[in-house]
Amino acid sequence: MSVELDVFVVNTTIMDEEVYQLWLDGYTVNDAVKVRMEGGVLEGCEASAEVLHSDTMDQYRTFQMCERLLHSPVKLANQLLFQIPPHRQVMLIERYYAFDSVFVREVLGKKLSKGTKKDLDDVSAKTGVTLKSCRRQFDNFKRVFKVVEELKGPLVENIRQHFLLSDKLARDYAAIVFFANNRFETGKKKLHYLTFQDFAFCAGQLISNWTVGALGDYNMVEDMDVDLEKEFLQDLKELKILITDRDLLDQHKSLVCTALRGKTKAFNEMEANFKNLSRGLVNIAAKLTNTKEVRDFFIDLVEKFIEPCRSDKWTAGDMRLYLTHYTNSAHVLDTFKHQVVWDRYMGVIKSCILKMYHD
Amino acid sequence: MPGKLKAKIVAGRHLPVMDRASDLTDAFVEVKFGNTTFKTDVYPKSLNPQWNSEWFKFEVDDEDLQDEPLQITVLDHDTYSANDAIGKVYIDIDPLLSSEAATVISGWFPIYDTIHGIRGEINVLVKVDLFNDLNRFRQSSCGVKFFCTTSIPRCYRAALVHGFVEELVVNEDPEYQWIDRIRTPRASNEARQRLISLMSGELQRKIGLKVLEMGGNAVVGYLQCFDLEGESGLVVRAIGTACTLDKLIPGSASNTNTHPNTAPASNACNSPSKEIKESPLAHGCRSSHNSPVHSACSSQRLSHSQNFSVSVPTLVFTGMGSGISVGKEAGPLKTLLRQQAQSALEQREFPFFTLTCFPPGFLVHIGGVVSARSVKLLDRIHNPDEPETRDAWWEEIRQEIKSHAKALGCHAVVGYSESTTICEEVCILSASGTAAMLNPRFMREGCLDAGGSDQRLSRQPPLGMVGSERAEGEVSSSWLGFDDASPPSCGFCHIPYDEFNMPFPAQLTYCYHCRRQKVPDVLFTTIDLPAEAAVTGKGCLIQARLCRTKKKAQGEVNATAISNLLPFMEYELHTQLMNKLKLRCMNALFGLRIQISVGENMLLGLASATGVYLSALPAPGGIQIAGKTPSDLSYDQHISTMQKRINDTIAMNKELYNIHPPECIEEVVGSPIPDRQRSRLFRSTSESSDELSELDLSHGKKDAFVLEIDDTDAVEDIQSLLTDAPMPAGFYSCNTEVMPGIYNWTSGLQMFTSVRVYRLNNANLTNQGLNKIFTDLCENLLKSLYFKLRSMIPCCLCHLNFTVAVPEEELIQVAVTAVAMSFDKETQLAADKALNKGSGENEEQLQFSMELCGESTSSNNQPTAKPSGLPESAMTHSSSRDRCSTWLELLRLKAHTIRRGSVKTTSSSERCSPLPEVRSRSLRSTRSLPCGAPVTVVKMTPLSFLPRTRIVKYLGIINMFFIRETTSLREEGGVSGFLHSFIAEVFAMVRAHVAALGGNAVVSYSMKECVFMENPNKNQAQCLINVSGDAVIFVRESDQEAIPPLITCGQTSTTGADGTT
Repeated sequence: MSVELDVFVVNTTIMDEEVYQLWLDGYTVNDAVKVRMEGGVLEGCEASAEVLHSDTMDQYRTFQMCERLLHSPVKLANQLLFQIPPHRQVMLIERYYAFDSVFVREVLGKKLSKGTKKDLDDVSAKTGVTLKSCRRQFDNFKRVFKVVEELKGPLVENIRQHFLLSDKLARDYAAIVFFANNRFETGKKKLHYLTFQDFAFCAGQLISNWTVGALGDYNMVEDMDVDLEKEFLQDLKELKILITDRDLLDQHKSLVCTALRGKTKAFNEMEANFKNLSRGLVNIAAKLTNTKEVRDFFIDLVEKFIEPCRSDKWTAGDMRLYLTHYTNSAHVLDTFKHQVVWDRYMGVIKSCILKMYHD
Repeated sequence: MPGKLKAKIVAGRHLPVMDRASDLTDAFVEVKFGNTTFKTDVYPKSLNPQWNSEWFKFEVDDEDLQDEPLQITVLDHDTYSANDAIGKVYIDIDPLLSSEAATVISGWFPIYDTIHGIRGEINVLVKVDLFNDLNRFRQSSCGVKFFCTTSIPRCYRAALVHGFVEELVVNEDPEYQWIDRIRTPRASNEARQRLISLMSGELQRKIGLKVLEMGGNAVVGYLQCFDLEGESGLVVRAIGTACTLDKLIPGSASNTNTHPNTAPASNACNSPSKEIKESPLAHGCRSSHNSPVHSACSSQRLSHSQNFSVSVPTLVFTGMGSGISVGKEAGPLKTLLRQQAQSALEQREFPFFTLTCFPPGFLVHIGGVVSARSVKLLDRIHNPDEPETRDAWWEEIRQEIKSHAKALGCHAVVGYSESTTICEEVCILSASGTAAMLNPRFMREGCLDAGGSDQRLSRQPPLGMVGSERAEGEVSSSWLGFDDASPPSCGFCHIPYDEFNMPFPAQLTYCYHCRRQKVPDVLFTTIDLPAEAAVTGKGCLIQARLCRTKKKAQGEVNATAISNLLPFMEYELHTQLMNKLKLRCMNALFGLRIQISVGENMLLGLASATGVYLSALPAPGGIQIAGKTPSDLSYDQHISTMQKRINDTIAMNKELYNIHPPECIEEVVGSPIPDRQRSRLFRSTSESSDELSELDLSHGKKDAFVLEIDDTDAVEDIQSLLTDAPMPAGFYSCNTEVMPGIYNWTSGLQMFTSVRVYRLNNANLTNQGLNKIFTDLCENLLKSLYFKLRSMIPCCLCHLNFTVAVPEEELIQVAVTAVAMSFDKETQLAADKALNKGSGENEEQLQFSMELCGESTSSNNQPTAKPSGLPESAMTHSSSRDRCSTWLELLRLKAHTIRRGSVKTTSSSERCSPLPEVRSRSLRSTRSLPCGAPVTVVKMTPLSFLPRTRIVKYLGIINMFFIRETTSLREEGGVSGFLHSFIAEVFAMVRAHVAALGGNAVVSYSMKECVFMENPNKNQAQCLINVSGDAVIFVRESDQEAIPPLITCGQTSTTGADGTT
């Protein structure tokens, strides 16, 4: 005797969160049954593996039918096929769009193209995330990217409205979209120590300070949150004066050193390295007009600034102190006229470096 | 031109992409009614078109309004080729024809295609203007209300119960017409859907006419079925109970004696012309064939006419029932009662009632289950307009049922239902019900009101009454005396037949409740447990399962073979039921449904019922095992271990179901054969029943139930008796409306449909092998349900009725639609305690009034028990408003912020208005939000009520038929994926229709047909589903009302009584 057909349909669709997670994680039905058995779901119920298998199949089918709706979450709220209580809808969406940080770290900054998708099996092997789950996550990135690409208005808000995601998740997606669009390099060995959350924070800083949208004017062009503001990048070139003008450089150094003296153990190293570090930061700014250089933004920050400091054993406190004074001292330089651009630049740089400065 | 139908197409959403090039669709809509078609403009390049059409007006006869559905077709415009159909929506406009139901249909409907399923949604507005007063036309029956619910609907009171109505219409099945060879599967499916929709409409109209003729205004317990007879045609048939219902208006005293609306109506019912038509009954009652062994051959009537027909002997299940006798002599009181009731009912051709739940006082006595089956050979229906053959077949069966009821000393049959099973050209017609004595006052005019006895006596017999009825009017005072003599909590258990001349041998004792009347030792019924019944402990689902192999055969040979098998099957099912009942230490079955399904090479039998321990009936004895040949020691040992296991199981079940009956003095009286102190069950079918009376089984305990092991089959039987897996902790189950012994439902419920198909891989199975497989698969399905619904614990699975079918050789299909309802454990424990305490003092006599008020019948044990006479205060409504689930609150919030008038989904607050008619149309018609409107939550349940809620309005009957077909079975996830999405789609369409009527729930929902066919080799499958139910508006009860006083928990009967005093 064999079961040819076996279905169980309820009026109010309530999914088992555990099974949903297994499905999202790309487990096959048989593997999911195994995991559930080991999890002790049968304890207290006089049920067999057969019952568990049938239940898992039913739920998997429901998820598959729902998946189409989850691709455009707004539809989930007013579709008629499944009667799902709103809080459950929220859970379904949030979990569907959740991603593994190990996975996102691998594709962050890569072009969301078919080529990248083809390489997902390598990513799967490397990260231990099942290929099915990798594909879902990748498709989610791509779907969000495609939708918001065409939209006007603030990026995070657009994502939240079109995909009904929580604020946190919407911000993460904004970061992913932003990285994918600007193709920031994140895969280099030197950057491996950085987590997705580090990058997401930096992306948030860049979006809210360096894009067109940062100015609060959303009526002009598309993509204002996704691309860095061209004019600003041009203006950054003017900062070069800080390192090309010898007087300015010296003046800047002495101002910073006066302020720092006695306040840190690493003072000697700071004083010795000041010119190098300042050149590093200003050069990064000056190069950003070139799209290729933009991609290397993070690697440059690490190579030109973070690594030297780390080898000099600065503490996080040292770093904060140094950057604060380094930024503020520039205001006192009377020949330096680009205060606004400087603040806009250094504000972001400072918070990014502080976020990235860890082991 | 008696009516104008108006339809407006507002918008569409989520349409499928029809143009691959642009990824968009150029949609337009065709609106068709009868032969008139209107079209909207094409809304180009959009998946969310906003047509906002004008009002399309159809001027039609009201006859057509009843028969025809409004047909809406969504198409994709194509300049160069034919327009592609996206899908259709059929809207039954019947609910708009009754002034008390819905006033407008407005909402989003899923666009359905029989090949692709749901493809987007369409927003439609439908209204009907009837020009004339409804009551004036007689060729149509507009305004007659239909209810699937098998009790008096909750916001009505029955002024009069007129009785049985039936009708059937036949047609050629489009699937079998010659044209089907050249048309597409889609066209064929749509033709079929449309035809069945038309036939249902016609059937309903015809039944409505009969109701009007009888003077009623409603049909309760409406049961419509399809017989897909294949080549020979398509039969749609329906039965129901005609009633005159009065709407209970909250706030007005409900026991007023004058009902101006009903008085003229009921006169019409009693018009002499009606009675003359009815054929007088043959007085000499045909003996009912109780012993299957006997009558298997004796009552076969083989006619060699064109219509081959075999009438199958039937069992009358009452107690241990086997034997033949008809009781006619009786004590003076009973004679009086019988005469009186009989004359009231005998005017009716069939004194049948499809109701399963009755107003207090309606049921006087219950005789037992009566059933009849008949095997027929189908042939082509030659003249669809005169379906005489089918009519005659059913007539025959009904006559048989009627005579069985007579044999049990009863004049009526309640809980009546009919069904068929078809395999190739063989068709088994079945009918079953519960023989009962009814209180005749409910059948006559003017005497239904509470405490109206004085008034009734002084009342003049209405004009046009026949003589016999006038006589009754005079004697009816004796009813009062009688009523007092049998308290409501046990009266129905008292035997209706004469104790000295019983129709079958049974043990009679004095009622354990009132000690005045005789009761049988076991009671089987097809009805729900009466609200007033005193029950000890809880009930549980009892199933008997049976599988019988049959040789493949054709035509008459096949029919004879089947009809030879049927009595044995019924007998064995009965035996199983009895054993399982004893094993659970219970003494009565309610809601008994026996389904026999025929396949090419086997017959399946499944009997489901809810077992209870009726306090009025004697305690069941244990089960005793007896070995036939006490040969060797090991055999004896084997028997004694088995006996021990049985005893242990009984003890365990007593605990489980909380059955602790008070010890009573044994008084066995009235047994016709004094030395037969116990009954005995046969295992071997080869033994003739003559042996039965000769054997004296005197070993074992008094009152024990003896199982004899004489062969290996019996051993297996006993094994299987014990292998019924116990329910997991926290679960209860029943197949009736309510679970006896559970009173404190929470509002949590989950309706589900489960379908399984099993393939028997090895062809050469024995009966025993098949039995085991069948039992296992039913058990596994139950286990699966328990597991899936574990989050509802503590809960009860209600209305757990399995439907079995043999769709193909070697395939067994089991389908079930039921509801899991959770209850509050804390209060349940307290209630149980109170019950145990209270069980000693069940002498309490309960005053019950005669008022037939739907609400007060609350058999559901839900603590509604609200004095129906009280005005339903506005306070209640406002407080219930506060208690809306967060979901509704959320929706309401949204609706407010959107500021688009009152969005319909804020139902619970809107519908709190005591007079639902107040609900303004204009408000609802503004619901034209393209995508933003949230979806109304629609609850569904197979029961007639929703716990902790009050139904304030019935919006009309939902009766839908869908076909789904696929030619890409694998791509849709195989058979399971295909059926899963189809069932989900059916739910969605039912919900959408209910929401469009303005409702928020479907009660008495059932899936009456689920025909699944597959051809995996061709990657094809097809499924037909027919569902029905009542669309309603409910409001939540405030918590104050919902908490049951513990005393009423102890005695169910008080609940009902409180409500009416």
